[in-house]
Amino acid sequence: MNNIEDKKQEIIEDFSVYDEWIDKYEYLIDLGKNLEPYPQEKKTDDRLIKGCQSRVWLDSEVKDGKIFFWADSDAIITKGIISLLISVYSGRSAEEIANDDFGFIEEIGLKENLSPTRANGLFSMIETIKRIAEENVREEKE
Amino acid sequence: MTVEEIRKSFPILSEKVYGKPLVYFDNAATSQRPSPVIGKYLEMSRLHNANIHRSVHFLANEATKEFEAARDAVASFINAPSREEVIFTSGTTASINLVAYSFGEAFIGEGDEVVIYEAEHHSNIVPWQLMCQRKKATIKPLRIEKSGEISIESLKNLLSERTKIVAISHISNILGILNPVKEIVSVCHEKGIPVLIDGAQGVVHQNVDVQEMDCDFYCFSGHKIYAATGTGVLYGKKKFLETMPPYMGGGEMIDRVSFEKTTYASLPYKFEAGTQNIASVPTFVPALEFAKAVREDKEIARYQEEVKEYLYDSLTSDNRITLYGVPRRTENKIPLFSFTVEGVHHEDLALILDKMGIAVRSGQMCAEPTMDRFGVTGMLRASLAPYNTIEEAEYFIKSLDRAINMLR
Repeated sequence: MNNIEDKKQEIIEDFSVYDEWIDKYEYLIDLGKNLEPYPQEKKTDDRLIKGCQSRVWLDSEVKDGKIFFWADSDAIITKGIISLLISVYSGRSAEEIANDDFGFIEEIGLKENLSPTRANGLFSMIETIKRIAEENVREEKE
Repeated sequence: MTVEEIRKSFPILSEKVYGKPLVYFDNAATSQRPSPVIGKYLEMSRLHNANIHRSVHFLANEATKEFEAARDAVASFINAPSREEVIFTSGTTASINLVAYSFGEAFIGEGDEVVIYEAEHHSNIVPWQLMCQRKKATIKPLRIEKSGEISIESLKNLLSERTKIVAISHISNILGILNPVKEIVSVCHEKGIPVLIDGAQGVVHQNVDVQEMDCDFYCFSGHKIYAATGTGVLYGKKKFLETMPPYMGGGEMIDRVSFEKTTYASLPYKFEAGTQNIASVPTFVPALEFAKAVREDKEIARYQEEVKEYLYDSLTSDNRITLYGVPRRTENKIPLFSFTVEGVHHEDLALILDKMGIAVRSGQMCAEPTMDRFGVTGMLRASLAPYNTIEEAEYFIKSLDRAINMLR
């Protein structure tokens, strides 16, 4: 399951099991609860993702040509959403992330089921992950 | 009148959200509209649409009559001494901005002070800050007690010879506590200081008699008291309104215009620049009729009290929940409950409740200083109207418990 497309497919299938949105939330809550602990000292303002209603911190590190992400949020559903993104994109190459269309988010219907302000938050998370990847692609080329 | 009868006149209440019956507990943000209000709004567009106070034709006269009938209805609802003291605006925020600007221009100078209250909505903070920056004046916040109540003693201590105006909410949109406005006004008047009351929540839950209250300004929105959106009222005493310069220029707010000198129209038109919200303002008539009918009905009052007490008891007896705004006397609490749940983020709760069909507010609720006062980043707020039922309240408490269990 190390291929990015396989991982996305797995998430799409997980989501398709639930008819009710309340169950999908429960799934996200579980993901949020099981997210790897995030160090307190990394909850700094420069790691905060702008545009989210609740606070979301995102930290990243490049190792052996791959970008690794860690995140936290004080709201559990938001934490579940960022956890979903991390499970797909953490440990991928900068190029792979930068070229990705993040289309699986549309497929699971997450955007439509969030309030417009929440959807903006999701958009900000995606943008931040993309920006980090693009910066790395540029650095690699230099 | 029964609650079922009331509900019948609110078409939106029989709507379903996500296939579940809508439970609308976000009334402090905006209330729903009864059929006569919707009817009046449509009627204005279908039959009486013309610009007011200008042309002499048939439609213009009709539209003007409808608009001015709303002024009479508002004046009578708040017992204003005269209709000229009732100015239409786009909402409470616009009313306060008008006063902050125009009163500030006329009466506030460098080194002067404005007293506002800590649990204030941003709309009763920021306009004063803008004015104070312009005039090099200072804002003095009146701190609240832990219960959310105001101490008259602290107010007295805050008033100085430089205090030019006191602006305070009738009822805070977070705490839902009735402030002792009459006493506040009398304390301030003893020192010759005028008082503005933000009545956005107050006018919905209390009988307002501006003469008895003796406040110098009273502001409220139409959309929180069953009227259409984009409507607001500024009541002001003539002696101030006459001295204050206009806030905006243009339209029918003038008497004579030349490039050398422009003179302004008399009250209230001096403060109603540009084309007014002609389709919405007339909805004040049926909206206030509804508010009055509900208020005078003892059976409904008793029922509302029962719903309020049920929610108050349920929320205060749950040790996972912290309720903000717990006055010494429960009769001073309106059915508006802001709270936090230990270990659970307010936004998560609001999201889950939404999927259960329940509309509540979450976040800072336009009152960051209040959030800071209680050391929280946000709260969840359930605010009720006379069309909310005991069954809805029970469903809310049950759903809240389920949501908390999901999230903890």
